Amino acid sequence: MMLDVQGLRTAYGRIPILNGISFAVGEGEFVGILGHNGMGKTTLLKALMGFLPATGGRVRLEQDDITAAEPYRRARLGLGYVPQGREIFPQLTVLDNLRMGCSKQQSGAERETIEAVLEEFPRLKRLLDRTGGALSGGEQQLLAIARCLCGKPRLVLLDEPTEGIQPSIIDEIVETLQRLRGRSGLTMILVEQNLDFIAALSQRILIIQKGTITREVQPDELHDASLVGEFIGITT
Amino acid sequence: MDLVALLAIQVLYAVASLALISVGLAIIFGMMRVINLAHGEFLMLGGYAAIVATSHGVNLWIAMLVVAPIVVGLIGVVVERAIIRFLYGRMIDTMLATWGLSLFLVGLTTAIFGNTTVGISAPLGSFEIGTYRTSTYTLFVIAVAIVVLAAIFATLRWTRLGLIARGTMQNADMAAALGVNPPRVYAVTFGIGAALTGLAGAVLAPVSGVFPTIGVAYVAKSFITVIGGGAAILSGTVSASALFGAINQIATFVTTPVFGEVALLAAAIVLIRLLPQGITGRFFRRGL
Repeated sequence: MMLDVQGLRTAYGRIPILNGISFAVGEGEFVGILGHNGMGKTTLLKALMGFLPATGGRVRLEQDDITAAEPYRRARLGLGYVPQGREIFPQLTVLDNLRMGCSKQQSGAERETIEAVLEEFPRLKRLLDRTGGALSGGEQQLLAIARCLCGKPRLVLLDEPTEGIQPSIIDEIVETLQRLRGRSGLTMILVEQNLDFIAALSQRILIIQKGTITREVQPDELHDASLVGEFIGITT
Repeated sequence: MDLVALLAIQVLYAVASLALISVGLAIIFGMMRVINLAHGEFLMLGGYAAIVATSHGVNLWIAMLVVAPIVVGLIGVVVERAIIRFLYGRMIDTMLATWGLSLFLVGLTTAIFGNTTVGISAPLGSFEIGTYRTSTYTLFVIAVAIVVLAAIFATLRWTRLGLIARGTMQNADMAAALGVNPPRVYAVTFGIGAALTGLAGAVLAPVSGVFPTIGVAYVAKSFITVIGGGAAILSGTVSASALFGAINQIATFVTTPVFGEVALLAAAIVLIRLLPQGITGRFFRRGL
């Protein structure tokens, strides 16, 4: 098992957000997470990355118990994170953003890694000297994913990658991630509100309600309007 | 013509001195947003470190260029670990804590060295410019400033350490998500800022002498330079030092040193009024 989450709880101050989440993700799996706004999707990814301390439960990444690990330790153990809003380093160039993604590697391997990642993101090749803040939202999203992959993660946490992105780049992201899934055996947890996007990428989808996983559905079930309306609050 | 050459050297010296005393603060304040009110005392400690080392037989150049930055850099790391790291994002608390640290360091050095000026004579002698003579050490201070600024530029622009520091200062959480250990980066950055401050204090010690409260004379000029320079650490420090140093020295040359200081402060007020974000808020925006 790549990731094993048991009874995970976390809170913002005294307000509980996750109320005992349990699920597991196998190696090479792409798992989607859907739910209403405010149900804890982004909080779950932040807790998995260590930005919110667990108030209960356990998180295991393969053999490593990472429940209390600092975010940088989780990254070094193989967790990759593409946050909502992308969080590009705005004053660094695209190339330097990618180099930041290589921070945990030996400096000698940096160039080779970046070249390999850029093969998957050809649009970024001509933008290497531009600052991150000067890119469009879609280009920033591609850069955020590419930067994450420069760290050679075993498991990627991807938070709402289509938010505010033009359709052509959404298609590009889907194609790239599908290609990577087939080729590199990457594992991914994907939080998304775009049903077509999550259905295209996920092998199974977990529904989160009030801080707990309440149901698991298959991608083709997302065409059921009543299910979508009841559990997800999104209409197709 | 000789007078113009002499004035040019004095202006360059004033610019170099301002850049030297400010660049450590620029790193600590500009990159980490920490207002270190003990900055003047770090300069003072650099001066004392060089003087104590030379009095124990260490070569003067080694004392100034190696011992002082190492000693003050290590003190900086200890201060960051013991005080500053608990106060990130709490600007007022940081100011209070570093003000307290400044008072402590002044008291401690007064207890150890007494409230008198100690110094080391400036080496290298003097040289002639026509009918005038000026200290060769002046040129050394200018050279040190150029080397220090060039080294900082090279480190920030071309090394992995510089890239990680710049990235961490822009977004520490994202840097952590990429495997960077932000507390370690903060400690190293604070230590490097303190070490550069110690180096400046040591290099200027033969010119100004050292006494426990000398930091007061430095700290205001340093803050004025860093704030006047704006967000870009290096281009801000260089441009503000050039502006304020030139105004200070030319006014000093035309009138008196006291009026030179007044002219510097007046220029700072006008600059901040016209450019609230500092020089690099309007110019050299993409500079380091």
